[in-house]
Formats: sequence, C-alpha cells, structure tokens
Amino acid sequence: MADEPKEPKPPQVPTGDKPASSTPGVSTPAAKPADASAPATPPKPAAPAPPKPPVVLQTPLANEFVTRFRAKFGAALLEAIEDRKQAILTVERARLVEISLHLRDEERFDMLADLTAVDWPKREKRFDVVLDLYSFPKNERLRLKVHAADAEEVPSVVSVWPTANWQEREVFDMFGIVFSGHPNLKRILLPDEWQGYPLRKDYDILQQDTAWVRENLGIESGQ
Amino acid sequence: MTLLGADELVINMGPQHPSTHGVLRVKLKLDGERVIGSECIIGYLHRGVEKIAENRTYQQFAPYVDRMDYVAAVSSGLGYCEAVEKLLLVEAPPRARVIRTILTELQRIASHLLWLGTHALDIGALTPLFYCFREREEILKIFEKYCGARLTTHAFRIGGLQYEAYDTFERDVERFCKDFESRILEYETLLTQNRIWIGRTKGVGILTAADAIAFGVTGPVLRASGVKWDIRKAAPYAAYDQYKFEIPVGTIGDTYDRYLVRMEEMRQSRLICLQAIENIPAGPIMAKVGKVLKPPPGEVYHAIEAPKGEIGYYIVSDGTVMPYRVHIRPPSFINLQAFDRMVRGHLVADVVAIIGTIDIVLGEVDR
Amino acid sequence: MMNAILQATLEFLKLYWAPLLCGVAIVAILPLIVGYIVLVERKLMADMQARLGPMRVGPHGLLQPIADALKLLIKEDIIPDNADKLVFWLAPVLSVGAALLALAGLAIGPAFQIAQDINIGILFVVGISALGIFGIVLGGWASNSHYSLMGALRSSAQLVSYETAAGMALVSALLFTGTLNVKSIVLAQSKDGEGIWFVMLAPVAFFTYLVASIAETNRAPFDLPEAESELVAGYMTEFSGFRWSLYFLAEYTNMIVVSSVATTLFLGGWLRPFASVPWLNFLDFVPTLLIVAVGAYCIVRAPKQPARVQQLFMLAVAGLCFVVGLALLAPVLVPVAKPFYAGIHGGFWFIFKVSLYIYFFMWLRFTIPRYRFDQLMRLGWHFLIPLSIINVLLVGVALIAGAYFNLKGWGLLLVTTPAAVIALVVALLILNAEKERNARQNQTVASDFYAG
Repeated sequence: MADEPKEPKPPQVPTGDKPASSTPGVSTPAAKPADASAPATPPKPAAPAPPKPPVVLQTPLANEFVTRFRAKFGAALLEAIEDRKQAILTVERARLVEISLHLRDEERFDMLADLTAVDWPKREKRFDVVLDLYSFPKNERLRLKVHAADAEEVPSVVSVWPTANWQEREVFDMFGIVFSGHPNLKRILLPDEWQGYPLRKDYDILQQDTAWVRENLGIESGQ
Repeated sequence: MTLLGADELVINMGPQHPSTHGVLRVKLKLDGERVIGSECIIGYLHRGVEKIAENRTYQQFAPYVDRMDYVAAVSSGLGYCEAVEKLLLVEAPPRARVIRTILTELQRIASHLLWLGTHALDIGALTPLFYCFREREEILKIFEKYCGARLTTHAFRIGGLQYEAYDTFERDVERFCKDFESRILEYETLLTQNRIWIGRTKGVGILTAADAIAFGVTGPVLRASGVKWDIRKAAPYAAYDQYKFEIPVGTIGDTYDRYLVRMEEMRQSRLICLQAIENIPAGPIMAKVGKVLKPPPGEVYHAIEAPKGEIGYYIVSDGTVMPYRVHIRPPSFINLQAFDRMVRGHLVADVVAIIGTIDIVLGEVDR
Repeated sequence: MMNAILQATLEFLKLYWAPLLCGVAIVAILPLIVGYIVLVERKLMADMQARLGPMRVGPHGLLQPIADALKLLIKEDIIPDNADKLVFWLAPVLSVGAALLALAGLAIGPAFQIAQDINIGILFVVGISALGIFGIVLGGWASNSHYSLMGALRSSAQLVSYETAAGMALVSALLFTGTLNVKSIVLAQSKDGEGIWFVMLAPVAFFTYLVASIAETNRAPFDLPEAESELVAGYMTEFSGFRWSLYFLAEYTNMIVVSSVATTLFLGGWLRPFASVPWLNFLDFVPTLLIVAVGAYCIVRAPKQPARVQQLFMLAVAGLCFVVGLALLAPVLVPVAKPFYAGIHGGFWFIFKVSLYIYFFMWLRFTIPRYRFDQLMRLGWHFLIPLSIINVLLVGVALIAGAYFNLKGWGLLLVTTPAAVIALVVALLILNAEKERNARQNQTVASDFYAG
C-alpha cells in the first residue's frame, strides 16, 4: 500500500508524560535536548528552559486571488491571512453583499458552507461573523470575516446564497446579531420569547431564561 | 375545502409524529390536498452543545459530538478528531487512519440501513425495516467489540485511536462485507423495481442541482440532484485517497434517485471496507500528542463526508485547554432548509416521503 | 295470547332450527376465529421479517388473542367531547353488523348455510357487506375530528369505487351459471364430468376481484386511510377499547366474507379439486394427508423442545391433528359415515381455500408499500373498472360462441381462453397508457375524487 512499512512496534502508550508542558505537535528540535536532560530527576527550579516563542501560525496572504480582490475592492479588504493552509479574508461590513455577489459570480464560490459568529468581548467590535465558502469548480475553500459591534447590523447574504436563511437566524438566536434584509429574522433553536443570547461570552453556562421556564414549563429552573 | 369553510388550511405535523424521525414540527399550508407552503419549526432537541464546548477541554468534548447525529456517531467523531488534529498540526499514524476509515465506512452503511428501513416503513413497506436492522445489528456488534458501545461510540481519540483493533476485527468485517452483497440484493428485490415504490417516489420532491447548491445541500441529496461531489474525493481525509471507489450520481433529484444513490453508496462503502482490511498497516495507533492539549491560537474549519452530508467543524482556539468557540455545521440542518422547496406542489401523503428522503436526525439539526 | 305467540315461536324453531344453530355458532365463534386470524397474521409477519412474533402469552403466543380481547374489553371507554353519542355508538355496530350479516349468505358446505337456499345469494352477500360503508362514514363523522372525517370520506370513496370493479368481476363469473343461488353456483363448478372451476374460465375476472377485494377490505397496499404513518390516522382514531375491537372484527370478518365469495364463485366452493373426475378420487385422501403431515411434524419436533411442558404441548397438538385426520378419513372409507362426506370434506376444502386467499392478503401486506390515495383511485377508476367491464363483454361473447358450438365444461376453455388473452392485452394497453401519462408529468396530479 502507499504508506511506508514501519517495523512493527508494539502499540505505544501515548507519550504525554513530559513534566514540562510543551505545546504539542510543534516538534522543534530545541525541545528534544531539554526533555532528554530531565529523565527521572525532579524538575529543577533553577535554570528553567528558555521561554519558547509563542507559535504564531497566521501569516499574511498575498497570492493572485488576494491581489485581484484588493484591486477590485481596495480598502474594503481589511486583512488577508493564511492560517494552517486556510485563506481568511476580513472585509468591511457595509460592502458584504457586494463582495459576496462578486465572490459567487466572478470567483465562483457558489456554496456557502457555513455562516456563524464568534464573540470577542474584549474587542471594540466584539463579534466576528464568519462565512465559509466553497467553490465547486475550483475545489477551494475561503473564509470571509466581518467585524460587528454590539448594536450594529450586518447585511444579510440570503439574496446571494439562500442557505444563509436558517444560518443567520441561528446566529441571531445565539448572539443577537441582527441581519438587515433577512426575510424572517426570528429565533430558530430557542423558543421565540426567550430572553438572552446564549453564545455570548457574558451569558453564563448555567444561565437560563427562568421567567420563560416558569411560565411555559411550570417549573422552577434547576439552575 | 369549502366543506369546512376554509380555502387554505394550515395543518400541523406535531413534534410527536411517527414519521418525522424525531421531534420536528412541520406546519403545512394546504390547498385541498396540495401543499402550497411549509414551515419547519425546530429546536425541540436543542441542548446547547456549542456552549458546552467552550467549557470542556478538547478531549472532554469528544463524546458530546456523538450525541448530535446519534445514528452515525463514528463519522461525527472522526470529523471532530480530525479538526482538532488540524488545529494541533498533528497527523494520525497510518494504521489509525485505515482503521478509522473502516469504522467510518461501516457507520455509513449502518446509517443508510436505518434510513432505508424507516423510509420504507413510512411509505408502507413493513418488511425492509427488519431486514435492515438485522444487518445493522451486525455492524453494531463490531462496534461493541471494538470500543464497547453500539450507538454513541466515541471510537476515536485526538491523535489517533485508543483501542487497537481486536483480534478478529478483520475477519468480522470481512464476513459482514461478504454477506452484505446478497442482502443489498434482497432490499433491491423488494423495492427498486416495485411499481408501487416507484409510483410513490418517482417525481416526488424534486430538487434541481442549482437549487441544491444554492441551499447548501450536501451529501446524497446533492449527488442525487446531479452534482458529482464527495469530500472523500474532493479533499481526501483519513485513508480515502488509497482506495478505489465510485461516487454514485443521480439525474433528476427526486426521491427515487436519492434512494438509488444511497443504495449504491452502501455498495461502495462495502468495497472500501474490503479494500481496507486487505492491508491494514502495522504501526502505532496514536500520534505523539500530550495529555494536555493546547493548540496554538487560530482557527480551523474541517469538513468530512458524513452519511448525511458535509459535516463541518469550525474550531477557534485561544491557546488554552478549552476551545474558544466550536461551531458544528450539521448536514441535516442545512438539508432540511431545502424541504420547503421540495414539498411545494405535492400531496400531503408525499410530505412523509420527502421528510424521510432528506434523511435528517434531529439531534444534529438542533444540536 | 301468550299461547299463540309461544306456538308461533315453536313453529318457527321447528322449521329454522338448523340455520339458527349455524348462525349462533358463527356469531359465537367468529370473534375467537378472528382473534386467531390476527395471531396467524402476526406470526406470518414475523416469519417474513426474520423474527418470531408473539411468544410470551401462552405457548408460542397461542393465548395472545385472548389477552388482547380481555385488554380491549376492560379499557376505558372514551367518547370525544362533542361527539354525537348515538351515532358514536351506532357506527361500529353498523360495521360489524353488516359484516356478520353478510356471512349469513355464505355456504361453507352444502348444508351449512344460514340463509338457506335464497335465490339472491351472492347479491345478498355483496349488498349487505356494502352496508358496512355506513359504519365507516358515520364513525368518521361522529368522532367530531377533522382528520377522522377526512379519513372516513377517503375510505368510503375507496370502497365505493372498488365495489363497482368487484361487482363487474363477479358478473363475469355469474355469466357461467345464470343464477345467484350460492349452492347452484358451486354445483355448476362440478357438473358431472364437466365441472370446471370458474377461475380457469375467467382468470381475468378472478384477478380483478382479487385486487378489488383487497381494496374493499382496506388492506395493504390500499390501506392509506388507516395507516399509522400518514397524517390522517383514519376513521378509527377516536374509538378505543371495545368499540375499536368491533371495527377490527368488522374488518377481518369482511376479509372472510370476500374470501368466501371468491372461493364460492371462482375456486369451486366446497368442492375438492376435480370433484367430478372419478379417476382422481384418490385426492379425497389429501385432507387427511395434510393434517397428518402436520401432526407428524409436531411429533418430530417434540423431542427438540427445551422444556417438558413444551414437549407435551407438541404431542397434544399432534394428537389433535391425528384425531382430525381420522375424522376426515372416516367419510371416505367407512360406509356408515359416507353421508357426512360432503359436510366434512366440503368444510375442509372451503376453509382451506379461504385460508389460502387470506394468506395471500397477508403476504401482500408485508411485501409491498402502500398506494397514495390518488394513485389508488386512479387504479380503480382508470384500470380496474374498464378492465372488468370489458371482461364481462368478452366473457359474454365467449359464452355465446360456446353455445353456438355446443361446448360444455372443459370445452368452454376453447372460447374463454382467447377472451382472457384479449382482456389481458387490454389490461396491458391501459397500463402502458397510464405509464406514459405518468412519465409526461413529473408532478403528481391532485385527486379529483377526493370528496369535499
């Protein structure tokens, strides 16, 4: 078969018992000597290993596609990075629909695979609305990001990709982000009268809309 | 329906109904016997899985993933483990990848068998259900021998596998695959050329290719509409690039085509399993990952071909042991959006057939 | 005054004691028989589905019907809020009454008939069983539920449509006899040396009646109005407990009625195969052989049973089989018992044929999916009714030709077979036209026959 024949070793217990917690997976040669020097002796408090630089996997992206895009939209493209072989573009919120149309029609990203949001409460524009696109003809994926502040509306891309309908409703349901131009923006997973937006970081995991529970289920919320 | 003094009737197929495959509420607007509009009301099984993910470590969250699509837990688990591995920049060793492939393909067969049994039951064929469950039982026995659980298996770990393939694993899988060919013939004898089955499924619930892509529909529904796309071929993961298999494609995109596509997929899965067990490479089953997983900050979107479509995991890491955000792109949720488009103009008796043919699992729709 | 009434009653009983006894026997035993038919259905279904079926209640589930009957009798009687109480009570009674009454016109043996020798035998049976439709419609209406009403209307539309096709098919067979009297019909299939079952003379009519009778009794694949996985749960929804069991009884009794009518008209009633061919008289031993074979099988399986009680049970069943086998053998061999031949063997063959027919019903139910309502109606009106009417014409022409050439008995096959072939060709033509029509339209057409 294609894969290399390794000499049959007995199945090994995952070797994760290093006393020093290193970032796993990043196999830098520097890690080996540091570990080999402390096999059974307790970790010495003095002379610790030099602090490893934080691993930053995001690199700016500047390929042909980005160049084309920047040429067309200029300042609307706020950032173009690559993270673990994925292309991520951050664009201006106001021009989202125009950019989406361009991406769908000219760049052939005909499928919207995923539309979701991430909450970064410490940022001024706390929400990241993330669109994952896929192009059938080119077999390529692209991520679009849009920043939005708490009360800001994000234009809806339902007119570009009809699949965004339920996905935007779910983002509205969980985060409270309003999508302007959405035909039917109401809650989808939670009951219509629920108060609160659960996936925001300030909504505690044990929190519930106790008034709704009391009224509709007739019980005191266990939380 | 002037008999009852209403021109348009709104009926409710309530959350409790034998044919909605879970707690799905469908409001149908009828003109006489014909459906002119529909609305799916979901959320009855919403458990806040994405919120829970922010409060568990990466390994602790893995069993939650099984509970979404509880019919095909192994695939969901594979998607999650591979997504986190992508985040960690590790790769599972070859032996683990091949065993993962075998188990995932067996799970695909099991999921399609359950779909076939329940779909046939909704349309009125009482017998295929029992035949399908007989085969599914064999697969679940293999899962039980492998990881101890039949349904919510948590079979894979981040970085590889925890359990080695048990002694008679290859023999069990081979025996199942050898028997399975004649069984598929059994189901086909009962249904494929049956005039009543064709009458109930041909021309019902047509979804054109353009509509399917626009609605983001993936999986057998998309393939039946004529789009030949499968993530196992487009962006191979696990060990799929090593095996030869076909992607079945339909033409019209009606219920009959979806039936044929899924039957053929079962056959292809069987072929993949047979090819895989011939040569499972020796070696470790777990990559070198620490006990404490702290992926470098960043994000990843990883999608695999689950039996129901493309299941995607969008995981954002902030460098700590718990993920910052996990979003699951469930195929059933997205496919269910196309229900309204598929059901318009059909009779009420077709509604049940169309819900069955999309193959939804409410655990995945609602998370 | 009292004396006169008493006298009249005694006179009545002297004349009609036999049919009365038959009637009482049927009404008393029928619920039990229906219960066991249901058990047989569940066991058959299980067998075809690679499982066992009821096994718990009694040995091999044999007491299951008793348990079910008891459960239904002690259930709470729920009447919907705004239901019309009188009609709610009346509807199941009508259904089961019509079904049981229809049984009166059937002859299981030459002597066993409740409505003895009535001239309009078959018409009586068909007409009375059509009265059962009232029970369905009234049941749906009295439930005060929109869905039940829809289900009842659909069910009654289906029954009425297929009644026509069934009637035409029966007419094709009746052309051979010229009389509606049940006994004469059966005897016509055995005229000495010339008797031939009408299924051979009019196979297309038999097939039409077969399909129509499945639709008549609301069995799969025509059971959309009462299927559980459909939106409309049917006219029986609001009935529970004993009321529901009456509907259930009516359904299975209807199955027995249509099977008996088919057996009488097409399969030779109580006659043994080739009843009038003397050199095939050894077929008289077939009933005994069949039952004794079952007994022998029980004896062979007895030692393999795990528990002593089960072994004894198998041996008891084998003993019963041997006793029945002996009873069947007696009229053939023992001269003293010869007069009972027609009754005992007639009963056996009739029940055997009815069972085969019902087995076929059950087999179909487990094998094929169900028709959608508009497809069902289209099948009835576009296919079965034209086919059965054309068949009547063809059979009539064949008979005239037969009379012209002086053909009788088996000779009639010479003229009826071409008629059957032409009918078959017509059927294929109709089906072809339907298929093309379906292929032309991708969308399905709304049912024009939906009442309301």
